[in-house]
Amino acid sequence: MKIAVCVKRVPDTETRIKIGVDGKSIDEAGVKFILNPYDEFAVEEALRLKEKAGNGEVVVYALGSDASQETIRTTLAMGADRGVLLKTDTPSADPLPAARALAAELKSGAYDLILFGKFAIDDYHQAVGPMVAELLDLPCVTAIGHLEVNGGSAVAEREVEGGIEVVELSLPAVLSADKGLNEPRYPALKGIMAAKKKPLEVKAVTLDAGGVTLLELALPPARKEGRIVGEGPDAVTALIQALRSEAKAI
Amino acid sequence: MHAQLRGAVRELCAGFPDAYWRDLDSRREYPDAFVKALTKAGYLAALIPEEYGGSGLTVADASVILEEINRQGGNAAACHAQMYIMGTLLRHGSADQKRAYLPKIAAGELRLQAFGVSEPTTGSDTTQLQTTAIRTGDRYVVNGQKIWMSRAEHSDLMLLIARTTPADQVKKRTEGLSVLLVDMRQAIGHGLTIRPIRTMMNHSTTEVFFNDLEVPVANLIGEEGKGFRYLIDGLNAERILIAAECVGDGRWFVERATKYANERVVFGRPIGQNQGIQFPIARAHVAVEAADLMRWRAAALFDAGKPCGAEANMAKLLAADASWEAANMAVQTYGGFGFAEEYDIERKFRETKLYQVAPLSTNLILAYIGEHVLGLPRSY
Ligand SMILES: Cc1cc2nc3c(=O)[nH]c(=O)nc-3n(C[C@H](O)[C@H](O)[C@H](O)COP(=O)(O)OP(=O)(O)OC[C@H]3O[C@@H](n4cnc5c(N)ncnc54)[C@H](O)[C@@H]3O)c2cc1C
Repeated sequence: MKIAVCVKRVPDTETRIKIGVDGKSIDEAGVKFILNPYDEFAVEEALRLKEKAGNGEVVVYALGSDASQETIRTTLAMGADRGVLLKTDTPSADPLPAARALAAELKSGAYDLILFGKFAIDDYHQAVGPMVAELLDLPCVTAIGHLEVNGGSAVAEREVEGGIEVVELSLPAVLSADKGLNEPRYPALKGIMAAKKKPLEVKAVTLDAGGVTLLELALPPARKEGRIVGEGPDAVTALIQALRSEAKAI
Repeated sequence: MHAQLRGAVRELCAGFPDAYWRDLDSRREYPDAFVKALTKAGYLAALIPEEYGGSGLTVADASVILEEINRQGGNAAACHAQMYIMGTLLRHGSADQKRAYLPKIAAGELRLQAFGVSEPTTGSDTTQLQTTAIRTGDRYVVNGQKIWMSRAEHSDLMLLIARTTPADQVKKRTEGLSVLLVDMRQAIGHGLTIRPIRTMMNHSTTEVFFNDLEVPVANLIGEEGKGFRYLIDGLNAERILIAAECVGDGRWFVERATKYANERVVFGRPIGQNQGIQFPIARAHVAVEAADLMRWRAAALFDAGKPCGAEANMAKLLAADASWEAANMAVQTYGGFGFAEEYDIERKFRETKLYQVAPLSTNLILAYIGEHVLGLPRSY
């Protein structure tokens, strides 16, 4: 079983985001970066599939600056076999160039499965995985919550509004992982030590411009301060009134 | 490497949030699930060489693990000893002993995290300890009492220091003490009794009674009579690791206090805007960072195999003082809420206070510095 997992380095959700002086990027000073949580489910799933098959290889790809090497090392510590960094210092706001770069690299890898997270928690595009599938002409199932692989085919489940959708697909295929797919393992100390010795290849790539240009990043408006409507049971009418006419919440 | 370690430990700790520790604290219960997870991930085997199944990390690396646990609001004291007590066995044990125990300790199948030094009547004056181990044939017969033996109920093995030659028959009082490895699984009910001591924090400490407990001579570590020296040369590593825990605590207090001082609005502004609140937080931060430098200095010397007694002791003192100051500051910053269990400040406050006294009371560090570093007359 040969599996590729594409991962992204993203700011921690608990980090307070500051916008850079150019108004279009995040000021990275003091920001903590993590492995995109949805990608972590994808890595875990790949490791489990390999373990179950008893053989195979899990190769992790990241696209980004040198700092993404640390993100790849995290996945190597979890148990992935090797990593490839497609290095670029000029990210594109359009997911398509990223998908093209990844697809070009993945094409010759003879992978049975190519896994992604369902989206990256920084840009929410939900696009790169399906685009790679399209470019490679492979079947694609997004946001899977369960997966069974049987030889050359697989059954995946996706949570949809009000229920579960069960789909069958043939391999090779591209899948994107939702939360609930599994419980990712902690990197063990031995894994961290071993990760230092695992191969991590760095290849420079140049992304084409794409069709989308980022104009501006803006923080959400600051929340207005709360107001105490009153105290005790007497305040209930006033509260309902305020929720109805001001907040329009009920 | 340190960034990776920190990240990985942080991730593990995320599964054991404040509420986990708070709940155990209220019941004075051992953090079994946390220790299991930590063991399974191999962290407590960090210092065991690879040939015995550990990871053979440096003390500097290992200290990052303990620091990060406390930094995340946990309490590494529940299991730190599993990491370092084995050092005595590693340095002074026979090849057979090492082969018999270290791989199992590394795998977490055997817990060696009980250390019997302190006694009720002799306290910090370790060489005067009263517990005896008298050799009869191929066994030692142990009698006496230890106090403050932490984690005895959560350990399979105990490292015990006892007098094997009466004090009046040795030239120096540091002689005639020996280190024994006691298999507690067999000893309980056969001369070994453990009684828990309830303390102001959740620490699973106990008092332990020896009543004609028989220990095979094969369990003597190193040479008979040299136990005090063996004890002493494990201490520098311990001091550095404990200093790192204190640094973790200190950073936790500073972070929590900063956040609270930014958010809590009284008199129409964040309390952190008042210098009376802001400066103590800043001062606590400065003290923690300064202590951290001494911790790294001591760790670098230790890992280079150079003498580091002074630095390790200074690191422990500075870091324990810094974490305690930070704890005090945090309670003050939180005001009334600092006393509420729900905010965890009072819990960490109680936990970090211990480092002023154990392992090794701050005064004894000052006495060491006075005598051995400055050349002042011995004061104790
Ligand atoms: C929660 C907890 C866990 C512990 N865990 C362990 C453990 O696992 N194993 C173990 O062996 N021990 C353990 N200890 C014991 C700890 O190491 C001792 O409490 C500590 O060394 C101090 O000894 P003592 O309590 O007898 O104090 P004492 O020696 O009676 O000292 C009392 C006070 O007087 C001061 N003092 C004493 N002599 C002098 C002097 N000459 N000059 C200046 N000041 C002096 C001390 O610094 C201290 O402040 C633990 C203690 C606690 C509270």
